[in-house]
Amino acid sequence: MEKVKANIDLKNEVIKIRGLEKSFEDYAVLRGIDLDLYQGENLVVLGRSGSGKSVLIKLISGMLQPDKGSIEVLGYQLANIKEKELQELRTRIGFSFQNSALYDSMTVRQNLEFPLVRNRKGITRKEIDLAVATVLEAVGLLQTINQMPAELSGGQRKRIGIARTLILNPEVMLYDEPTAGLDPITCIEINDLINEVQQRYHTSSIIITHDLTCAKSTGDRIAMLLDGQFQREGTFEEVFDTNDDRVKPFFDYNFIK
Amino acid sequence: MDSLSSITPPEKKLGNPLKKRFETFFSDLYRIHLFIIRFFKEAFVPPYEFKEIVRQCFEVGVKSFTLISVTGFIIGLIFTKQSRPSLAAFGANSWLPSLVSIAIMRALAPLVTALIASGKVGSSIGAELGSMRVTEQIDAMEVSGTKPFKFLVCTRVLATTLTIPILATYTAFISLLGGFVNIYQNEGTSYTSFMQQVFQPLNFVDIIQSLVKAIVFGFTIGIVGCYQGYYSTKGTEGVGKAANGAVVTAMFLVFIEEVIIVQITGFIRQF
Repeated sequence: MEKVKANIDLKNEVIKIRGLEKSFEDYAVLRGIDLDLYQGENLVVLGRSGSGKSVLIKLISGMLQPDKGSIEVLGYQLANIKEKELQELRTRIGFSFQNSALYDSMTVRQNLEFPLVRNRKGITRKEIDLAVATVLEAVGLLQTINQMPAELSGGQRKRIGIARTLILNPEVMLYDEPTAGLDPITCIEINDLINEVQQRYHTSSIIITHDLTCAKSTGDRIAMLLDGQFQREGTFEEVFDTNDDRVKPFFDYNFIK
Repeated sequence: MDSLSSITPPEKKLGNPLKKRFETFFSDLYRIHLFIIRFFKEAFVPPYEFKEIVRQCFEVGVKSFTLISVTGFIIGLIFTKQSRPSLAAFGANSWLPSLVSIAIMRALAPLVTALIASGKVGSSIGAELGSMRVTEQIDAMEVSGTKPFKFLVCTRVLATTLTIPILATYTAFISLLGGFVNIYQNEGTSYTSFMQQVFQPLNFVDIIQSLVKAIVFGFTIGIVGCYQGYYSTKGTEGVGKAANGAVVTAMFLVFIEEVIIVQITGFIRQF
């Protein structure tokens, strides 16, 4: 499916990161990251394994604390945020995990209901059922409603994982390696789903990947993370229009010549 | 030889692992202390997860029920059988029900229940939470604006704290039944007479002591299992370590608590 031109509001930054640094023991993963995510935009962060891509979105969601720098998400400075505010903010951010992180002991329905019941006080049974059916229909998996996660395929698990984040109508989506471990056809389906989510739910997204097909088909802007910093940024063509030895092999490997 | 020694000094080889073990021990102690404080902060503040607590109570009860029934009965039976010759030497066979009663009510029932629950429930909690941590399910709960600690830890600790005393009471009953079967076979004592002799030597302190022990053991098993699982390290190896750590640490603590509670009760009995 061809990517529809996104309606990006360049005056409205939903995520603003300045001078972000993060180290694990002696290893500096992020060394001064500056990043802006605009309203309605899909930003793809590309980089090699271990380059700190996942660390970046874990910092944005407040799962990790930065060593230095500031992170502003939907108007909240994470450094000064109170626990209750962080919890509320998290309901406005959808986080799609690399391995989907579905709750093994719950059915698909219970997985989807779990965040909804706990974050929407006074919600009725009818409203819950409607919300569950709506997101399952959005990801095209209504028939799996009573199945256990173990009974689903990798692609289905990814979709249900995305559906679980969509149930709270998030304003920002964070995708951690959405196509990792999937066959090429399922990858295309997931890429289409990411674009569909952007259009249907008007989300702004950060997509962490090292899959260039995913980057090309979902990203409005690409940022290349190398040596703990964004070395290149722009459209897909702009990022790879270079002779940089650190960037070129990445392109050559993904699009086998 | 000289060149090798210069690379790694002998004192460093011995000193570092020992230092590391000490550091790990104290940092673990500090983290458990914070974990317990967090439990008390979150467990009794709404919203309450009643449905999950009931589900966990059922899980704890069901998981240990069969093993406790069999073990309890056998312990009662064997203890009675093994104690008989000692009492018979003094012609005190008639004291057997009282002896069995004191041993079971004061010590064996809560201890045996706790040890079985450590193995069955503690390991299961450690492995379950460990695998949830490894597969990022706990992170997923956290980023979806829910409180994983409250849902996963508080419910399980409350469930073990509430259920282990019930199981300990059941163990006491089933062990006494085992004792009665043996006494009936050998001495032909009636059930009514046996029960009269069982309750005769027991007093209020014995019942309270047994109950307090079971509550403390239940809390310990829950906290240790949850702590090991909740902070398990990444990877499948971490899940195994969490399950194993939950059993070993819980059993070790149960024995220490047994000694402490017995000492305290002994002190109280003086008044």
